[in-house]
Amino acid sequence: MVVGKMKLTFQKRVKLAQYLWMLSWFATLGGAVTFTLGCFLKTELRRRGEVMDNTDIHCVPNTLMIVGLASMGINYFASRICQDALDPGRFPRWKTFLKPFFGCSVFFTTLMLISVILSYAMKGSLETSLKIGLKNGIRFYKDTDTPGRCFQKQTIDRLQMEFQCCGNSNYRDWFEVQWISNRYLDFSSKEVKDRIKSNVDGRYLIDGVPFSCCNPSSPRPCIQYRITNNTAHYNYEHQTEELNLFIRGCREALVYYYMGLMNTIGAVVLSVFLLQCSVLASVRLLQTSMEAVAGQENVEVDSEGYLLEKGVKETFMEYVDPVLKLLWMNQVTPPEAKAEAGAS
Amino acid sequence: MALMKVKFDLKKRVKLAQMLWLMYWFSIMAGVLVFSMGLFFKIELRKRSELMDNNESHFVPNILIGVGLLACFLSASGGKICYDSLDSTKFVKWKSIVKPFLICCLFFNILLIVTAAMCFAMRIPLEFTLAEGLKNGMKYYKDTDTPGRCYMKRTLDLMQMEFRCCGNNNYKDWFEIQWVSNRYLDFSSKGVKDRISSNVDGKYLMDGVPFSCCNPSSPRPCIQQQITNNSAHYSYDHYTEELNIWKRGCRDALVSYYGGMMNTIGILVLMVTLLHIAVMIGLQYVNTSLSTLVNPEDPESESEGWILEKTVKETFTDIMAKMKAMGKGNQVDEGANEEAAATVS
Repeated sequence: MVVGKMKLTFQKRVKLAQYLWMLSWFATLGGAVTFTLGCFLKTELRRRGEVMDNTDIHCVPNTLMIVGLASMGINYFASRICQDALDPGRFPRWKTFLKPFFGCSVFFTTLMLISVILSYAMKGSLETSLKIGLKNGIRFYKDTDTPGRCFQKQTIDRLQMEFQCCGNSNYRDWFEVQWISNRYLDFSSKEVKDRIKSNVDGRYLIDGVPFSCCNPSSPRPCIQYRITNNTAHYNYEHQTEELNLFIRGCREALVYYYMGLMNTIGAVVLSVFLLQCSVLASVRLLQTSMEAVAGQENVEVDSEGYLLEKGVKETFMEYVDPVLKLLWMNQVTPPEAKAEAGAS
Repeated sequence: MALMKVKFDLKKRVKLAQMLWLMYWFSIMAGVLVFSMGLFFKIELRKRSELMDNNESHFVPNILIGVGLLACFLSASGGKICYDSLDSTKFVKWKSIVKPFLICCLFFNILLIVTAAMCFAMRIPLEFTLAEGLKNGMKYYKDTDTPGRCYMKRTLDLMQMEFRCCGNNNYKDWFEIQWVSNRYLDFSSKGVKDRISSNVDGKYLMDGVPFSCCNPSSPRPCIQQQITNNSAHYSYDHYTEELNIWKRGCRDALVSYYGGMMNTIGILVLMVTLLHIAVMIGLQYVNTSLSTLVNPEDPESESEGWILEKTVKETFTDIMAKMKAMGKGNQVDEGANEEAAATVS
């Protein structure tokens, strides 16, 4: 049962080859764009790598980069094939190359689609990674004298200012952590001693946040200490004071930013995927229609082109069988050896 | 004796015309670049117009935009002329226009050099505008309820964070103005009343700065209030505490930012000037080589090209004489008219 049968006149074949040549150059450009987008996404993820706990999310840009490079190669060969297609003398040398070429192309094109799906599916993993990373960042904020953590304060401050966010889920995360180093606390003062005694772990907890949580759009100078104490500040009601600090949590801000980035990239990669599919289908049609007229005296006759000679399942098995045979050959031989040993 | 005479045969003429056509394409792109630089500079000035006293001069970016457009137009015309120069029949229609066109190009190149000089010189008026604008900006920092000034606080805060600076000359400028609005001061409290009565104008002055002056690279949480009071904070000496708040003044920061931008643009304009001078000389060679064919009928004959027909000095005296003759011509006419009028009356 043939899939996608089409009758092609000589003129149609020539036109197909010409359009295919232009299309394949556009698709090469698309592959380059995919690669660039993958690099860009990887760079952006690395920039904030300090507040991420694991690098699972990096599989998306890595896949994009691989697929971009593969796509450039596939489309380059596609353009060469269609250049030689109309010349019956030069076309036969591609014969042996075409089967593995199609196998690889279909594999990488499917990978392109998978990368787009991944970019949406990895949202949960990204959120978890950010949750843990930010929690650690806030915990180690005060450790500016510990090697390996001395830039945590700077990272978190710049992050909060740039993304206009405060804390992990919201600003109250800062109330639960001691973010002022012991080096700057006067342990002889009564106030410090009271606070340290007031909790089990002996931490200096305050209802205050770092300056990087301050919102510049606030009409009044920033209130960052004694936030929940209405009487500590004149004309201040902390439940209604909206603009004083950033309301949004940094986890939400970062997830929103990265999802926006990946949505845009996903849309672009999807259109490159469609372009790539059409290139592959056209190459297949051209190849089959040229094979039908191969060896004939007059090459200007009509011919039939098709996408798949057999059905989808049968073609799939045809490609997968050699691979499986290679993998199972190790397992098949020992039982045979046993049977021989048993016989002898 | 002509200036820089060169002998041309057909091959050389064709090569010159082709190279010149390519260079004209580059100069069109250069013109577009100058135009976009002028536009970018204008946008950057407008972005911070609130801090520049709102009367900053947009003269330089406007000139850049105009010059860029003019460069594109002149380069396109020049390219068309030298494209047609390869075909003697097409070139005939341009023959009369080429000389005035070259004089236009000469004036345009002088304009380019003047523009570049202005780019470098604009730093000085900009510094004065910024000093005035920042001083006012800081004065209106607290007026977030006054229409027309309600975004001054936000603008200043964002600018101090972006340019990593504090105050006009340095952070002490904040000590001399009241940057906390009266709406947020408890006038019944003793602290507030003391501060207000401590100065002539009755302003609430304190040795504190807004949060936007804080340096994130500081190892300790930001100290923005009671900065000069060492005993108010544990283990703190305000003379040796380097990283707490930004040390640089915003005027310095902004002037160096805009100065750098203008230097780059000025250097770019100078390079574009060199390109235009080169194409002008090339076009002069094309023109003179085509008008001095040994055998006018045969396009393959040899010819000579030069930059100036006579030496520089002689050309200069010629031009002066022409101008004097033109000036005297008017006087002679007037004299004749007066005589005619006298005889009639």
